[in-house]
Amino acid sequence: MNAPTGSLRAGPDANGHFGEFGGRYVAETLMPLILELEQAYIAAKADPAFQAELDDLLKHYVGRPSPLYFAERLTDELGGAKIYLKRDELNHTGAHKINNCIGQILLARRMGKTRIIAETGAGQHGVATATVAARFGLPCTIFMGARDIERQAPNVFRMKLLGAEVKAVESGSRTLKDAMNEALRDWVTNVHDTFYIIGTAAGPHPYPELVRDFQTVIGKEARSQILEREGRLPDLLVASIGGGSNAIGLFHPFLDDKDVRIVGIEASGKGLTTHEHAASLAGGRAGVLHGNKTMLLQDEDGQITEAHSISAGLDYPGIGPEHAWLHAIGRVEYQSATDTEALEGFQLLCRTEGIIPALEPAHAIAAVARIAPTMAKDQIIIANLCGRGDKDIFTVAAALGVTM
Amino acid sequence: MSGDRLSTRFAACAAQGRAALVTFVTAGDPDLATSAEILAALPGAGADVIEIGMPFTDPMADGPAIQRGNLRSLAAGTTLRKVLAMVTAFRETDNATPVVLMGYFNPLLAFGPERFAAAAKAAGIDGCIVVDLPPEEGGELAPALAARGLHLVRLATPTTDAHRLPTVLNGASGFLYYVAVAGVTGANSAAATDVAEAVARLKASTSLPIAVGFGVRTPDQAAAIATHADAVVVGSAIVDAIGAAAEERANDIPARVAAQVAALAQAVRTARTEKAA
Repeated sequence: MNAPTGSLRAGPDANGHFGEFGGRYVAETLMPLILELEQAYIAAKADPAFQAELDDLLKHYVGRPSPLYFAERLTDELGGAKIYLKRDELNHTGAHKINNCIGQILLARRMGKTRIIAETGAGQHGVATATVAARFGLPCTIFMGARDIERQAPNVFRMKLLGAEVKAVESGSRTLKDAMNEALRDWVTNVHDTFYIIGTAAGPHPYPELVRDFQTVIGKEARSQILEREGRLPDLLVASIGGGSNAIGLFHPFLDDKDVRIVGIEASGKGLTTHEHAASLAGGRAGVLHGNKTMLLQDEDGQITEAHSISAGLDYPGIGPEHAWLHAIGRVEYQSATDTEALEGFQLLCRTEGIIPALEPAHAIAAVARIAPTMAKDQIIIANLCGRGDKDIFTVAAALGVTM
Repeated sequence: MSGDRLSTRFAACAAQGRAALVTFVTAGDPDLATSAEILAALPGAGADVIEIGMPFTDPMADGPAIQRGNLRSLAAGTTLRKVLAMVTAFRETDNATPVVLMGYFNPLLAFGPERFAAAAKAAGIDGCIVVDLPPEEGGELAPALAARGLHLVRLATPTTDAHRLPTVLNGASGFLYYVAVAGVTGANSAAATDVAEAVARLKASTSLPIAVGFGVRTPDQAAAIATHADAVVVGSAIVDAIGAAAEERANDIPARVAAQVAALAQAVRTARTEKAA
C-alpha cells in the first residue's frame, strides 16, 4: 500500500509505484535523465517562484479558472441529477492539454533544456506543446503517426503555423503508441539538450505524477466552484479516459471524499466484445509499455495490440498507472462508451447546450446521459468537458454520413 | 561459476589475447526455419557469443533495422515459446557457445518470470538483456534468473555517470554491455577514443568483461572497438543484411550471414596484433 497516511492522494511511492503499477521501465540511457527530472520537479514544487509563474500563465495565457457551468437544458432533458460541466474546452488551444504543457515547459526551462519534443495522437497535445514552445521560443518537434496525420489535417497545419516540425511516424500501427515510441527514440538520442513533454499521465516516473499535478488544477477549481455554487460536494464525477490526464486531474482532489462517486469512461469503440476498442481496463492485462507498468491491450504473448476509437485522442492501448491502481483498489469505477454512444453524446450536447464537445468528452457525456436519469433531482454531477469539438467535425460528419 | 558458458568463453578469448565477437540476430527473422539455420551457422563463422532478439511489437530502444526485423519475425508467427524451442534445438549440436536473449520486458512478464527462467535454463540459455528493465525494476525477474544461475546482463551508457554506475554494477553478472552511443540501435558509431576512455572508466569499477555495442557495423569499426573492449557486439548490420536478403527472396541467407560474420570475426581476432604490428 503506498498511502501510509491513509490518504488515496499520497501516491506514488518513492520509486514511482501506485500499488503494483507505475515505475520506471526505460532504457538505461534515459535513467539518469528521468532521475534528474524527478529532482528538478521536487525542487520546482518547493519553489514559490515556480508556482507563481505557473499560476500567472494559467490565469492570463490559458484563461483559468475555467467556468463550472450548470447545464440546465441537458439536466432537464435527462430528467435526473443536476449536471455541471467543467469547461476546460474554453482554455487557450481548446483543451485541457495546455495545463500540463505550461507546467512542463517551465520545468524544461528550469533544467536548461533548449529543445522540446512531444508525441501526439489527435493532435491536441501536439498543438498545446507547439503553442508553449512558441511562447517560450524553443524549437519543437512533434511525433505523430502517419495514419493520424491523415485524419487530423487541421491540427497538423496548426502545429506547423506555430513553428513546430511535425514528423510522420511510419513504424508499427502508425498511430499514437508508435508516435510515443519514436519520441522516446529521439529523446534517447538527444538526451543532453532535449525535454520530452509527455501529454498524458503515463510514461516513466515522474511523468504520471507531474502530469497529474499540473492537471489537478481542474479538480481543485471544480471543488471550490461547486462548494461556492451548491454549498456541498458533488455526488458524482465523470470524465473520459484515454491515458487519463483530464480524468485524474478532475478526480484526484476528490479521492479522499468517500461520498463522492467517481466514474471514468473508457472508449469501447465498436464494442467490448469486438477487438476494436480502446478499453485497457475492461479488456486488458497488466504489462509494461512506454516506461510504466499498467493495464494494456495485449495478446497472450505480451505483444501489444492495436486500440480503436472514433476519438483519436482515446486511441491508445494503455492507461495511466494511477488509474490502473484506482481500478484495482476499487476507488474509481470504470465504465465505457462506444463510438455510437459518443456520437449520440456529441449531438446531445450540441442540441441542448449549444456546445460542440470534442469526441473524447463526448464519451463522458454519453455516460452522463446513461447515469443522470437514475439519480435524484437534488443530486449533483460534475462532468469534465476537456476539449472542444471543432477538430472533430470532419470525423463526425463522416460517421453520420454527411458530405461537407 | 564452473560450467558457466559465458565466463568460460570470455576467459578463452582473453587467453588468446583477443576480444570476443558477439553477434545479434532477431529470432524468427525472416522466419523460424531460416533463423534456426542462421543460428546454427554463427559459431562456425566466428561468433563467440550469440545474442538472440526476442521480437516485440514496440521495440522503442531500437532503430529502423531491428524494428523491421522484429516485425518480420512477428509476421512469421514467432513467439517466446518458439524462441526457446529454437535454442533447445541449437544446444543439441552446440553446448559451448553462450546464448543470451535480448528483448523487452512485457513478453517475459506475460510468459511469467518464474516460468520463463525455468524454461530458459532448460533450453540452455545463459543470460538475458532486458532493455527496458533498469536495476530499479529488476525485482520481478532478477531473483528468478539468479536462482537458476542465469545472468541478467546490465547496460552502461554514455549517460551513466559516476553517481549512477554503482547502481548499474550492483548485481550485474555475466558481462557489462556498454552502449557506445546515446541513441537507438544501428545509429551512428562512436569515436574509438571515446570508447577507449569509457572502457577504461568501467574497468576501474568492475572485473566483469566489457562488451561494446551500438553503431558497430563494419569489420573496421569492429576492429577499432576490439583493441579496447573485451567484446564487440554487432547487430543492426547483420539484421539489415537479413532484411535485404529476405526482400530479394534469397535462398542462401544463412550462408550470406556466415560470410558477413566471418569477416567481422577475422577483423576482431586480428585487431590487437594488427595494431601492435
